[in-house]
Amino acid sequence: MTDATGPLLAVDGTPLKRKLAQSLFRSRARAFGLALPLLAFIIVVFVYPILDFLGRSVYDARFATLMPMTTEAMADWDGTSQPTEAMADALVLDLVVSKKEKTIGKVATRVNRELSGTRSLFTKTARSAAKFESPFMAALIEKDKDWADLETWQAMKTASRVFTPAYVAAALDRKMLADGSIVQQSEERRIHVKLFWRTMEISFLVTVFCLILGYPIAYLMASLPMRTSNLLLILVLLPFWTSLLVRTTAWIAMLQAQGVMNDLFVVFGLATEDDRFSLIYNKTGTLIAMTHILLPFMILPLFSVMKTISPTYVRAAKSMGATDWTSFWRVYFPQSVPGIGAGALLCFILALGYYITPALVGGQDGQMISNIIDFHMRKSLNWNLAAAMGLIMLVFVLFLFWLYDRIVGIDNMKLG
Amino acid sequence: MAEAQAKAFVEFQRVQKSYDGEVLVVKDLNLSVARGEFLTMLGPSGSGKTTCLMMLAGFETATHGEILLDGKPINNIPPHKRGIGMVFQNYALFPHMTVGENLSFPLEVRKFNKIDREAKVKRALDMVEMGDFLSRRPSQLSGGQQQRIALARALVFEPELVLMDEPLGALDKQLREKMQFEITDLAHKLGITVVYVTHDQTEALTMSDRVAVFNDGVIQQIAAPDTLYESPDNSFVAQFIGENNTLEGMVKEIKNGVALVQLDSGDLINCKPINVTKPGERTRVSIRPERVEYNKDRLKKGVHTLKAEVLEFIYMGDIFRTRLRVAGNDEFIIKTRNAPDQIRLQPGTEIEIGWMPEDCRALDA
Repeated sequence: MTDATGPLLAVDGTPLKRKLAQSLFRSRARAFGLALPLLAFIIVVFVYPILDFLGRSVYDARFATLMPMTTEAMADWDGTSQPTEAMADALVLDLVVSKKEKTIGKVATRVNRELSGTRSLFTKTARSAAKFESPFMAALIEKDKDWADLETWQAMKTASRVFTPAYVAAALDRKMLADGSIVQQSEERRIHVKLFWRTMEISFLVTVFCLILGYPIAYLMASLPMRTSNLLLILVLLPFWTSLLVRTTAWIAMLQAQGVMNDLFVVFGLATEDDRFSLIYNKTGTLIAMTHILLPFMILPLFSVMKTISPTYVRAAKSMGATDWTSFWRVYFPQSVPGIGAGALLCFILALGYYITPALVGGQDGQMISNIIDFHMRKSLNWNLAAAMGLIMLVFVLFLFWLYDRIVGIDNMKLG
Repeated sequence: MAEAQAKAFVEFQRVQKSYDGEVLVVKDLNLSVARGEFLTMLGPSGSGKTTCLMMLAGFETATHGEILLDGKPINNIPPHKRGIGMVFQNYALFPHMTVGENLSFPLEVRKFNKIDREAKVKRALDMVEMGDFLSRRPSQLSGGQQQRIALARALVFEPELVLMDEPLGALDKQLREKMQFEITDLAHKLGITVVYVTHDQTEALTMSDRVAVFNDGVIQQIAAPDTLYESPDNSFVAQFIGENNTLEGMVKEIKNGVALVQLDSGDLINCKPINVTKPGERTRVSIRPERVEYNKDRLKKGVHTLKAEVLEFIYMGDIFRTRLRVAGNDEFIIKTRNAPDQIRLQPGTEIEIGWMPEDCRALDA
């Protein structure tokens, strides 16, 4: 304090800030050391694979590595003029190599994604490429007249891009042309955007249903005495201790045409024996089962917020002349909004990525985006497209968080 | 009492309350509050005072008996139709509303128009000198400021009766004393009737017109503060209000309104009989610490004196507090004013103490 302009010094003359950092270093190092194993585990098995996989949505070097000469020859091509003889030369040489290295299948698959029906063109041509004689362009066209088609070359040009927006575009029902421009897919091939919308619609409806069903229960739990509310809490948590698969299959038993619900409807005359409700293997089934499964994720944040709202607020409102409804709506409800925000955000985001339940009970129109991602992962093996869809979902969820933070404030979120 | 009942504004008639059907929290309560009176319900926690207040506000229903407000029974009127203002222990200011919105709330639900609302809110805020805080949030205010806003909110719709449930409990000592004065001042200025609940006896004594001392679901005594302090009806009130010395003994005789009591140590003293009627009864004798005299020159002739040994002398600034051993009681306290001629008693010295017989009350054992 003797020198007002200089930094504060400790008794031994070192700056106080450095002294403090030194004394905190040990405890910080210890804390970091304790977290290190988990951190390493997460980075190796979680963060790295996800980043690697997401990278695939915009990065695809298959064509460029397997067909290096073609890629180089096409680099300066504008995609609209006639393919040059040099491009044909490079292509034939690459095809000969890839035939020998047995990589032609991968190349054909890659180009086939840009222009379907080209797979056999490539495998067929590669088989006889070694016997071609110059000029190669003519030889190619002689082998198959599709080589005269500009579209074939355009598809190769698109496939040759290493960093490509093609997959993200495809995930949004759009197609990238050889000149780099992006256009909408033809009407009958637009399926993804519709699916994104349906995913959001289902998630939104599930969130709304959870809120409608969960709010009164959370309110009850928060206002009942400790013993009873603990019992209710256990009942709410009970589904958590049951396997997701079991719960979903239980719903199949409940909702199917010959299931419990329909039998009851028939008994009470709400449906006839031959005209039963189709409650499952459609969107209704997905909505019912997902609402049930996600309900605790709405109730718990609501409960934890409501528990902190003192009953004296409502009493105060009543003492000032407010009716039961006014005291609830003007005084209690606004204070429970942080819980609604947290619960809704949690439910909505969990619902967006739901997979097992729609896969089991969703039928055709109850499928969600995760089911298509799974299809591309396991059936069509188009991992790049799957990654692109995942990327879009991730960006959307991050956007939701940002929006929530702007409107409600992430600090107001209480999860339990 | 008949006169008080005739003009009673709030009246409890034989009210009982039980939460579990086994224990009575309030036992056969009769109480009347006059219009414009400041009545305090004082008692330890669990004595039933808050329950009484909640029954009056309408948040609890009486198990038996009738509560009248301005002559009309209110047992079946819901809280929001009673028109009673209330200040809560932790203020219960709505955290999601500004100060202005908080005050405006009771007026909105009463369907006042905007102009009237604004005028009334402004007047109420000015009343508690918080006019500049209209657009603040409760969380931005200090405890004392929140207290004022809560008070203004309870008064803004001009109720005739205001209930206060330990409203100063969360404030520090200095602020509490300041607010005690402000609340009584405001209540008298506005002419409102106040029923005030507290467990702090100083608060009860300084603020109230009358104090009802609760214990165990029963009103032990209801009286003006000075009566309560100087003439407690029973040993609970004597113990609960202010500091008090007790000596136990047996009544020897009662003559001319003076009781002769033989203490357990064998000493004889003169007392005023309060709830002792005949010789042979056990009694607890109560003397206020400031009514004990040890200066021989000031002791009146004829009073019984007792020997005492000084155990401890505590200097407290304005007063001296001395602990003595008197008739086998080690906790006998005397308080003396810090005056220039006052003797400071040294521990270990033997003195003689005495008091006026009327300051020494023979109560129930």
